[in-house]
Amino acid sequence: MSIHHLDYLDELESEAIHIFREVAGQFEKPALLFSGGKDSIVLVHLALKAFRPGKFPFPLVHIDTGHNFPEALEFRNQLAEKIGEKLIVRKVEDTIKAKKLTEQKGKFASRNQLQTYTLLDTIEEFAFDACIGGARRDEEKARAKERIFSVRDEFGQWDPKKQRPELWNTYNGKINKGENVRVFPISNWTELDVWNYIRREKIELPSIYFAHERRVLEYEGQYVAISEFIRIDETDVIINKKVRYRTVGDMTCTAAVASDASTIDDIISEIIATKTSERGETRIDDKVSEAAMEDRKKNGYF
Amino acid sequence: MDILRFITAGSVDDGKSTLIGRLLYDSKSIMIDQLEAIEKQTRNREDGEIDLALLTDGLRAEREQGITIDVAYKYFTTPKRKFIIADAPGHIQYTRNMVTGASNSDLIIILVDARNGVVEQTRRHSIIASLLNMPQVIVAVNKMDLVDYSQDVYNNIVIEYADLAKALGLEDITYIPISALNGDNIVEKSDVFSWYDGPSLLHLLENVEVEKAINLNHARFPVQYVIRPQTEELHDYRGYAGKIISGIYKKGDKVTVLPSATAATIQKIETDGGKEVEEAFAPQAVVLHLEDDVDVSRGDVIVLHKDVPQTSQELEVLLCWMDNKPLVPGNKYLLQINSTRVRSVVKDIEYRLDVNSLERKYSPDQVGLNDIVKATIKTAQPVVFDKYKALRANGGAILIDETSNVTVGACMIQ
Repeated sequence: MSIHHLDYLDELESEAIHIFREVAGQFEKPALLFSGGKDSIVLVHLALKAFRPGKFPFPLVHIDTGHNFPEALEFRNQLAEKIGEKLIVRKVEDTIKAKKLTEQKGKFASRNQLQTYTLLDTIEEFAFDACIGGARRDEEKARAKERIFSVRDEFGQWDPKKQRPELWNTYNGKINKGENVRVFPISNWTELDVWNYIRREKIELPSIYFAHERRVLEYEGQYVAISEFIRIDETDVIINKKVRYRTVGDMTCTAAVASDASTIDDIISEIIATKTSERGETRIDDKVSEAAMEDRKKNGYF
Repeated sequence: MDILRFITAGSVDDGKSTLIGRLLYDSKSIMIDQLEAIEKQTRNREDGEIDLALLTDGLRAEREQGITIDVAYKYFTTPKRKFIIADAPGHIQYTRNMVTGASNSDLIIILVDARNGVVEQTRRHSIIASLLNMPQVIVAVNKMDLVDYSQDVYNNIVIEYADLAKALGLEDITYIPISALNGDNIVEKSDVFSWYDGPSLLHLLENVEVEKAINLNHARFPVQYVIRPQTEELHDYRGYAGKIISGIYKKGDKVTVLPSATAATIQKIETDGGKEVEEAFAPQAVVLHLEDDVDVSRGDVIVLHKDVPQTSQELEVLLCWMDNKPLVPGNKYLLQINSTRVRSVVKDIEYRLDVNSLERKYSPDQVGLNDIVKATIKTAQPVVFDKYKALRANGGAILIDETSNVTVGACMIQ
């Protein structure tokens, strides 16, 4: 193999940086959707590589459902401060009050659907024309069909049949006023690629990604963290369990996995050995219907 | 470990979905929950076998309408390589999808049904592979189980295909007999082919040289973005950010900035958000600094001074039309090649290429979805390009409808 040959992580990194710079070159008001989860932390790391020593040509934006893990929020604030970039937070709680939205009911009532309203309002408030997100095509089959530059209409809707063909490495981000583009720089990364990259680049993560003791309830084979946001029934059995989070979403719809992994190496070993997909194991919200993600995306979900 | 991007061409009838499902399943890239989901869907089948084709099935919108939308991407990894599969539907009306999927691939697997041999569809896929200048081709003769694993059947198909390949100028071709349904010769070499002494399909995919897809001879660097911190300590910092699409750049290289043809010298190359390196190569994303105070902005291309591409306002292209609305000669479109976007007009349509026979129909009345035509495009500003056949990374352009903003055409510059 010649010396002029890139390792797969270098190639993925280069592809992502190229996409970031296309956003900077093609759009007037982009934003980076940043949740404090591992994929968006990797995005920030890539953006540093793409734009330093300059500033990011976009702010970090977090749509705060109010159901986030406190560890992730704390990490979010610290990272934004450390790199000296602007962080905009908009709360789903405020949208619920202002628009008199009806919250989901039930044991694990989730604000996953409602956050789309806040996201679309935020896009309108700041007139964002591109929102960069950490979604990956290996996550879910509706994502597998999405373009890297994914155009949404003024209602934020994704129409799979109207996607633009994406040829070579040429990205068409041309839109009309009111429309916006969702951009996914790590589309071609798998879960394992992300973890291997985190290990190689020594990227720091919130503590909940590593094994820790937590009070959880076991529900249909999944461990859900005890929090004020879920309904505890008398029949529920609450246990102390050593767990870690494989993905970080809302406390109401993200399940933990039993784990002893205290280092990135341990986590990678566990992921290589696992027999369940990332979303299948940890996302309560995707189990509702087979086409759950497809439906949410059509409605403007990122 | 590196990455191989490949596309599979064939229809459901050729066993394309089964093949992809088999590669994912046998390389253990399918998780239990995903398997359970397709088991649910196959529960009603008589034979009780899992239908691996369902693994590549996508959206509810597709299932309901019995169509396949565009290109889906699938991933699997072996200890040797990461693989990205562009899964493009292969039916007659989907030239557009195959062109799209192939444009980002280093290799194409053309599936041939052993019972049918080289048919019209095989011809079409091969013609598109040659138009897109695919670096490598694997011809997988599938459903060998249905012809009793016959060596004669296989050999005849190889001979027939070799003629076609020769006519099309396709060079690097590897042949392999398989049965995707039974997993023969997919991951492991199968004993049923006692007469076949080549490796399994996966072994082939793991060992083909991907370097062929990356051109290291002609240095091309389209500028995407100018980094100017304008802070006190970095007052004079002016870095040209982009991705080296081909070739190698070294500190001190004499370069030319196009299209203005300004001469300059590389003062510094940075990677990793500010780390200095002596040289960088495709496909690295870097920041170049020039010694000279020249005017460089997004859309410019920095090349080595001794190897300059063409600059012109008139392009001869093979154009694949991708929109439902027909192409109207004389209409204006935006032409985008890498990070350069200019206004353009499609002037003359010389002929339409029949993708089944390669026959040319001169002066066609209309150009519609999935048509491939030879055309002349005039641009408002000079465009920096290479011939597609010589340098894929700088020879492909897209056309954008100025009113709908949709990508309506793919151009291979001649």
